[in-house]
Amino acid sequence: MKKDGRSRINWIFENFVTFLRRCTFRVLSVGPIPEHIAYIMDGNRRYAKKQNLIEGTGHRAGFLALMSMLKYCYEMGVRYVTIYAFSIDNFKRRPEEVQSLMDLMQEKIEGLMEEESIVNRYGVRVHFLGNLKLLSEPVRLAAERAMVATANNSKAVLSICVAYNSTNEIVHAVEKACEEKWEEISLLNASGSGYGLIGLECIEKDERENLIKLIDIEKHMYVSVAPDPDILIRTSGETRLSNFLLWQSAYCYLYSTPVLWPEIGFRHLLWAILNFQRNHFYLEKKRKQL
Amino acid sequence: MNIREEMQKANRLIAQIGNFGLQLLWFILHLSVSTWYFLLDLAHVVESYFISSGLMKSYKALNLGKLRYLAIVVGSEEAYQTSKVIELLQWLEAIGVKHVCLYDMEGVLKRSKEAILEKMSNTTVFQEADENDKLLDQKHMMLEFASFSDGKEAVAKAANLLFAKYLTSNNSSEDQEGEIFTEPHLTEALRAVGSGGPEPDLLLVYGPVRCHQGFPAWRIRYTEIVHMGSLKSMRYGSLIKAIYKFTMVRQNYGK
Repeated sequence: MKKDGRSRINWIFENFVTFLRRCTFRVLSVGPIPEHIAYIMDGNRRYAKKQNLIEGTGHRAGFLALMSMLKYCYEMGVRYVTIYAFSIDNFKRRPEEVQSLMDLMQEKIEGLMEEESIVNRYGVRVHFLGNLKLLSEPVRLAAERAMVATANNSKAVLSICVAYNSTNEIVHAVEKACEEKWEEISLLNASGSGYGLIGLECIEKDERENLIKLIDIEKHMYVSVAPDPDILIRTSGETRLSNFLLWQSAYCYLYSTPVLWPEIGFRHLLWAILNFQRNHFYLEKKRKQL
Repeated sequence: MNIREEMQKANRLIAQIGNFGLQLLWFILHLSVSTWYFLLDLAHVVESYFISSGLMKSYKALNLGKLRYLAIVVGSEEAYQTSKVIELLQWLEAIGVKHVCLYDMEGVLKRSKEAILEKMSNTTVFQEADENDKLLDQKHMMLEFASFSDGKEAVAKAANLLFAKYLTSNNSSEDQEGEIFTEPHLTEALRAVGSGGPEPDLLLVYGPVRCHQGFPAWRIRYTEIVHMGSLKSMRYGSLIKAIYKFTMVRQNYGK
């Protein structure tokens, strides 16, 4: 009887909290709501140390925090969420740690494809962005399966950056742009209208310097599946970007909060969005200028 | 019919009152946030006063060893206040910072380069060749001026350089693809097009919002980004505090 009573109180409390949250979203929606929020999930290891947990449990707690944050974002109508799950720099960690992170990732990716997961509840399409060739075979296969399984979802987008680095992304985009241009020129040449472009002898110097345009590079960026982020939230108080979305964050509000990632909650998201709304007009003006 | 019309009118009225109520709540919410920031600003002014008057001992001895390169992002409207920029540079010189990069999106600071250099004695403009000149390091402060065109557009120009190499390698039918498109090669290409400065350790943003406004992406991988408020309300104490906090940061670089 007692247990029943307690669980009933819990149920009422949870529903009340959800109701309050929905009301807050309603009020916030009077102002601009960001279209794309990016998260740097920093502080899992520090959390584990702080709570005296075994190493590795911090990341599991971080995953739970991620699920709540995604729920809040999608409830509020944020269409694109991007998270920094694993950086190319993180491969430098101890092999056991990297392996346990990979195992955790594989487990959670497979969990995402289940029926009652958040992905299906909110119609989320999942992308895995980064140099996936650096991942081990089982993780890469799980990621590709998840991408195919959710390809038809169209209400929201979740971009998970694994084996990702902004500088790596830029180099990769430049490489793909060059390859594409090469094919274009080869085709022109083959059909006889290239005028020997391949030899580069007949082009004017100016034209030669302008063969690859900015737009060619930008469409080959991994993160081109989403528009530029509106807010970039980094937890655990660090003020750097750590090679994440450097190219896309030109007009993005960078929010840094001292809380550790597993401890992040609704109030931090609320504060970030309030700040975003305060500065939205200025950032939009800047974005339109160039 | 009348009843239905009346009901529709009533519904619309209720919806309008509801909307008005929401807007009022939103406004009150933002008013509270603004009040909070106002109070925070007051606290900062007081703190800055204590720091500049030397009362806070921990800020007295700044260890500038870690701060090799400092970058400053200024909102383009505020960049027209050249006197403020010069004052900021003079403070930095007094603190002992040796390399500074001034960035603003539209290139206003680049155009005021002459005016700034005139007022600042003992400064030289950063050039690639001087990087290894130790003698200059000691006495002069090196300034670099950057704008939006040194960011994304520079990468496009560098891409064209790499493309030219790619074409030649394809023509000579050697399989060198893996060796042309690497990070060091792009860095070199950026340097060749004139946008290859060093990576700043600390980036101070003087503007209404914490946003790097398109500072060359290639260079801010591990840069600490700190928001200092608007240029016209800049304070010496806040500058010292920002630099001090930077010296306390410990980076893992992913490990």
